[in-house]
Amino acid sequence: MFRPVLVAIERCKGCGLCVDACAPGAIALDMVHVNAMGHHPAVLVDPDACTSCAKCARMCPDAALSIFARPRGA
Amino acid sequence: MTTEQMTGQEGRTIYRRPLLLSNPTSYCPGCGHGIVHRLVAEVLEELEIGGKTILVGSVGCSVFAYDFLALDSVESPHGRAAAVATGVKRYKPDKVVFTYQGDGDLAAIGTAEIIHAAARGERFTTIFVNNGIYGMTGGQMAPTTLPGQRTTSSPRGRDVETQGYPLPVTEMLSLLPGVQYAARVSVGDAGLVGKAKQAIKRAFEVQLENRGFSIVEVLSTCPVGWGMTPTDAMTRLRGAVMDAYPVGTFVDRPRRIAPNLPQPGASHRSITEGF
Amino acid sequence: MTVVDRPATARPRIVASPPGTGGVAHPLDRVLMKGNEAIAEAAVAAGCDAYFGYPITPQAELLEWMARRMPEEGRVFVQAESELAAINMALGAAAAGARVLVSSSSPGMSLMAEAMSYMAGSQLPVVVVNVQRGGPGLGSIGAAQGDYFQATKGHGHGDYRVPVLAPSSIAEAIDLVRDSFILAERYRTPVILLADGILGQAMEPVAPTFRTLEKSTPDWTLDGAENRTPRVVKSLHLRPEDLEQHDLELQAVYAEIEATEQRWAGEQLDEAEVVLVAYGTAARVARTAVERLRDEGIKAGLFRPITLWPFPSQPLREVATGAKAVMAVEMSAGQMVEDVRLAIEGAVPVFHHGRTGGMVPSPDGVVDAVKQAIGMRGEARR
Repeated sequence: MFRPVLVAIERCKGCGLCVDACAPGAIALDMVHVNAMGHHPAVLVDPDACTSCAKCARMCPDAALSIFARPRGA
Repeated sequence: MTTEQMTGQEGRTIYRRPLLLSNPTSYCPGCGHGIVHRLVAEVLEELEIGGKTILVGSVGCSVFAYDFLALDSVESPHGRAAAVATGVKRYKPDKVVFTYQGDGDLAAIGTAEIIHAAARGERFTTIFVNNGIYGMTGGQMAPTTLPGQRTTSSPRGRDVETQGYPLPVTEMLSLLPGVQYAARVSVGDAGLVGKAKQAIKRAFEVQLENRGFSIVEVLSTCPVGWGMTPTDAMTRLRGAVMDAYPVGTFVDRPRRIAPNLPQPGASHRSITEGF
Repeated sequence: MTVVDRPATARPRIVASPPGTGGVAHPLDRVLMKGNEAIAEAAVAAGCDAYFGYPITPQAELLEWMARRMPEEGRVFVQAESELAAINMALGAAAAGARVLVSSSSPGMSLMAEAMSYMAGSQLPVVVVNVQRGGPGLGSIGAAQGDYFQATKGHGHGDYRVPVLAPSSIAEAIDLVRDSFILAERYRTPVILLADGILGQAMEPVAPTFRTLEKSTPDWTLDGAENRTPRVVKSLHLRPEDLEQHDLELQAVYAEIEATEQRWAGEQLDEAEVVLVAYGTAARVARTAVERLRDEGIKAGLFRPITLWPFPSQPLREVATGAKAVMAVEMSAGQMVEDVRLAIEGAVPVFHHGRTGGMVPSPDGVVDAVKQAIGMRGEARR
């Protein structure tokens, strides 16, 4: 399944700036799990809402997000 | 490396982490330093100059910048980065040299060095991260702390009667002819981050044109020092901080902008010239 | 270790023309040069890439010479906004691989203390010339030797040492400038060339040829990490275990310097009963005092340390064995005398004679002090 955002879970510090930046609300913090550093990492909860605008990646202090354009038909 | 190799999926890459960013950072969650490091890495990669760049580090939270940016680096004593960078660039003028300094390093203990390097028109770039506080040492007042702001050394709020007024560094330096490019930017939201990156890129371009000193003051946050969540810290940055420190391009002599100083308190949305 | 007797007394022909302008065909020909300028020219000849300084009496001529010569040679010259800035510019240039010289005088050296510590910790080769003047504080502009503690034991914080070379004449200063660069680069350390206001300001006949010094590019210098792992020049080792490891590596370097780089010169030390210990300009006064004492039948000799760190303790102890007294002669209230006492370890009484504040001891003053010292031990002298 195509995912427009990939999260480097172990780099994420759960700061939430990506969540603030995402207008459609496609990304959120996973409040159930923690990574090795003890943070709640970001997770793409609504891939279909993501437009690959990359505002989340632009805000991320840890460069934990990689953004991809949706291929036709994906 | 193709997108498919990196991710195992098809699709054009819109954004990936710059290769010059090496290790995960030890900065606090939501700290603006992480954003600025990333922007510097992106700019150096896009300009294809990372391989000939020398980072002149400083003392503060960003003392470990050499662990996070894959660049030849030299540590400076606190406040001396502008002098150290002068020595590096004068001896190796064909390399790209930049200092990365916080508000204590540049606007307190390093004030003489930055003014004189700028006055001499030294051909290096300074990235000045202004978050109005001394993070590394536990959140004390900085020369750029706002009046009334509570810090561990101004527990009742900065009292201008006894603790003076904040320093408008970029305005001060803009008066010097040796300064070829001076801009103040912010990382307060994605749009501001995009403009910040443009300014950083322009600053390095000015160095590559060998014209003189370039500086970008980046208004940033310190969530832990300010006692706020990263989200609330960004809100404060977009509000009170940017009201006190207007953003904009103050000097861009190659493009005949000099000096162009907005008044404090001017709406930050009104300054777009030069971007 | 070097033991050098006084040179033969052939009288040199003195030619008052600047170096390189001809008229000095005879091997004994000399030119008159001011100490500050001779030191500067020696550095230029030895391939100094970059000079950073700030005006301060009594070494401003060194800065001015470099202001003219370095641009002539296409090299880096910056008059910094302070000594603090100058030494940090030197730190940066050295990290980028430059052969660097900085000069100042006592108050300026205090400003450089912080960077000395950083350069030692980061293992950066930089040569720093201190043309000493009276202190403490703003002091006076007269020649002094009040920075011995600072040079050999003080300046910045932390566990480190710095080699210190002390010329006693302008001709020797020319040689020691080149040797300072060699030591700095061989051991990756700052080196102090400790002079004083008389050496800096006087004019003496010197041989007009200044020796060059080859240069290599070490593998730790910074020039951009293209196609290789990035290099970091730093002194921060946050974990104490790491810093101890680093400090012990530095100590090993210092141990090697102590074992192999001690230098001193001796005059009339055979069976000397009184050993005068002095360096720099004070040594020239002591030399005259030795002659006058010998004229009066007192067997005096001069032990002249050339490296103040590493201090030539063992040779001094050997030389002093069997002597009646050792006297340190200094232009200070008594600083090197402590290292003399440590070296002698109580075997022989150690005395001190000095003037401070920028005053210079006189040979007769030294002679009287020696006689008094010996008299205190009950030995009758003519």
